[in-house]
Amino acid sequence: MTENTNTNNQLTDFHRQKNKEEMKRNVISFAMMIVSTIIAFAVVASGVMDRVFAIFLLFILAVAQVAFQFFYFMHMKEKGHAMPAVMIVAGTWAAFLTTFGLIAAVWW
Amino acid sequence: MSIAVSDKNSAVTQKRSIGAVLWDYLTTVDHMKVAHLYLFGGAFFFILGGIEAVIIRIQLLVPENDFVSAGFYNEIITMHGTTMIFLAAMPLLLGMMNAIMPLQIGARDVAFPFLNSLGVWLFILGGIMLNMSWFFGGAPDAGWTAYAPLSTTSPGHGVDFYAVGLQIAGAGTLMSGINFLVTIINMRAPGMTYMRMPLFTWTTFITSILILFAFPALTVGLFLLMFDRMFGSAFFDVALGGNTIIWQHLFWIFGHPEVYILILPVFGLFSEIFSTFSKKRLFGYTSMVFATMLIAFLGFMVWAHHMFTVGMGPIANTIFSVATMAIAIPTGIKIFNWLATMWGGNVKINSAMLWALGFIPSFTIGGMTGIMVATVAADYQYHDTYFVIAHFHYTIVGGTVMGIFAGLHYWWPKIFGRVLNETLGKITFWTFFIGFHMTFFIQHFLGLMGMPRRYWVFLENQGLDTGNFISSLGALFMSIGVIVFIYNAIYVWLKGEKAAADPWDGRTLEWTTASPPEHYNWKQTPLIRGLDCLWIEKTEGNGKMTPAEPLKDIHMPNNTIIPFIMTLGFFISGFGFIYQTENKLWYIALFGGMAIALLAMLVRSLQDDVGHYITKEELKGEAK
Ligand code: HEM
Ligand SMILES: [Cu+2]
Repeated sequence: MTENTNTNNQLTDFHRQKNKEEMKRNVISFAMMIVSTIIAFAVVASGVMDRVFAIFLLFILAVAQVAFQFFYFMHMKEKGHAMPAVMIVAGTWAAFLTTFGLIAAVWW
Repeated sequence: MSIAVSDKNSAVTQKRSIGAVLWDYLTTVDHMKVAHLYLFGGAFFFILGGIEAVIIRIQLLVPENDFVSAGFYNEIITMHGTTMIFLAAMPLLLGMMNAIMPLQIGARDVAFPFLNSLGVWLFILGGIMLNMSWFFGGAPDAGWTAYAPLSTTSPGHGVDFYAVGLQIAGAGTLMSGINFLVTIINMRAPGMTYMRMPLFTWTTFITSILILFAFPALTVGLFLLMFDRMFGSAFFDVALGGNTIIWQHLFWIFGHPEVYILILPVFGLFSEIFSTFSKKRLFGYTSMVFATMLIAFLGFMVWAHHMFTVGMGPIANTIFSVATMAIAIPTGIKIFNWLATMWGGNVKINSAMLWALGFIPSFTIGGMTGIMVATVAADYQYHDTYFVIAHFHYTIVGGTVMGIFAGLHYWWPKIFGRVLNETLGKITFWTFFIGFHMTFFIQHFLGLMGMPRRYWVFLENQGLDTGNFISSLGALFMSIGVIVFIYNAIYVWLKGEKAAADPWDGRTLEWTTASPPEHYNWKQTPLIRGLDCLWIEKTEGNGKMTPAEPLKDIHMPNNTIIPFIMTLGFFISGFGFIYQTENKLWYIALFGGMAIALLAMLVRSLQDDVGHYITKEELKGEAK
């Protein structure tokens, strides 16, 4: 885990190259997030889609956004992030169980 | 009390004024002193909860007794349960984790010393807040489970104190959980891989995960309750479209993981004790680790077994019943591993080991009745009777409390620098152990005969007289055990000799520090070469750890009063929340308290406190 805390001022060529790629990927994923947000708004505003399909699509877009957020902007794809990933998955699971349990047991 | 672990200048042991000691504890961020605060706070509330328990047993000593009034009885049982679970058992466990876990992984402190201090003050002031209710018109009286609509309609401010007090104390627990997680993930000494961590550290880790994911459900539930009672919302008000069952779900989504929060740490410390006093490596270490994980995982999927009689329907009941029974499997694995650890070992029976030996049959009975109450059809009979009371006291007293006593006897030298007296320790064990079984075994049968829980009186000649009498007598024995223990603690503090670093011929890293350790724990971080790392060095003839680094300056955090002030802010604000329903002037306390807390946060954020260094020269100068 220590590699992330090192602040290294002398960037080697290798590092510069990596940073450039990183930047490119971040810009691309940022653009994709914007696009998916526009799609979401467009679908609802224009009313081209059936209500059920629209909700379904919104859900998929939302999950994709969360994934982008975690993997690119919160650096989840990088090495040394196994433990945070485990925690996030476990937390998501606990939250899912709770809401699902409440919905299934109280209102179904 | 303990002034042995102290500031930079502790090398010269000097008598310090009460004021200085007090200030030291108010501002401390040292993990061992925070542990002391947890242990003192927990012990205080344990005694308080014990007195409440004795009042319950006196009331039920004879049929139709009127030792206390019905209303007061409700307050007593509510406060007994709430105090014992949230203010006694948990803090005592958190105290031991705080004291020992950093030592077991070779860390100088926890990851966030400031948060650690904030956590303990939130617990202490939250607990005091809850108990203030006794002096302000009556304690909460809706049971420790505070089911709606009983809790939403309970008159007076009792349940308000419950909601706000637990909210404050719960925030502290959540912080500690996060703190321990970060500590274990990031601060292990070189060579201390996950699968070389002692089992107590493992269970601390998994318990912290449970805290992290379970406590938010309680927080949400308590907020809803607060809004319903103080701000006119209707989450649980059926007449206005609310739903009372939501409270039960939220409470038990927290509540069942909570019972594992209470038991997993003592599973860990029993593993250490069995292995140390059998002079053997823990049998099935890997299976122990995975059984713990499995218990934690399953623990989140069984909460509705507390609600079989609510009317969820046969399908939901069956699913939860099967999931519940599944937990008995990893638990059984653990029991057999402990037995196998002792098998063929060089077993030494002292007080710590006695508690561990007493725990196995006691807890196994609790697990067995657990399976019984998990059987849906049968639970319609057991539910809300003394059978359930017997079940969970066998698990919580026979498991958690015995574990706390075992851990205290085992680690007392490390935490307080004294070895507890063996004779007194054995007297404590036998009186408590006999008293415990007397009190609770008979309650299984009282429950089967239909005695409901939480009832103020029972009638004569319904077959309940003798059972209740024996049960109350047992409570007397348990009280004697606790009193002897307290006497023991004071006795060794005044009369005992300073403990050796390694009085039990231990196997794990905490025994390589002085008893009690210096506040920086080690001059040089040790290198870990395997499981039971100290034992490895002992068998290879080294007898002590190899340092992993040269002697160098040690970076330590500074003491600070800010956590205490922050907590005081929340405490004042809590009173504002509770009483603003009566008089709008209380908004001053509400906002004033919040302002204090927020201001303290601001100061903390702007202040550039980089801590201090203990220089190499100072370290060399200190006599070893
Ligand atoms: C084999 C393991 C266990 C099983 C199968 C089990 C099952 C159950 C079930 C089904 C109930 C609900 C009974 C009813 O209300 O009718 C219950 C209650 C309870 N259990 Fe367990 N349990 C187990 C272990 C534990 C442990 C380890 C603890 C704590 C350390 C614990 C603490 C409690 C508490 C506090 C209650 C009662 C809560 C209340 O209503 O006030 N149980 N258990
Ligand atoms: Cu449960």
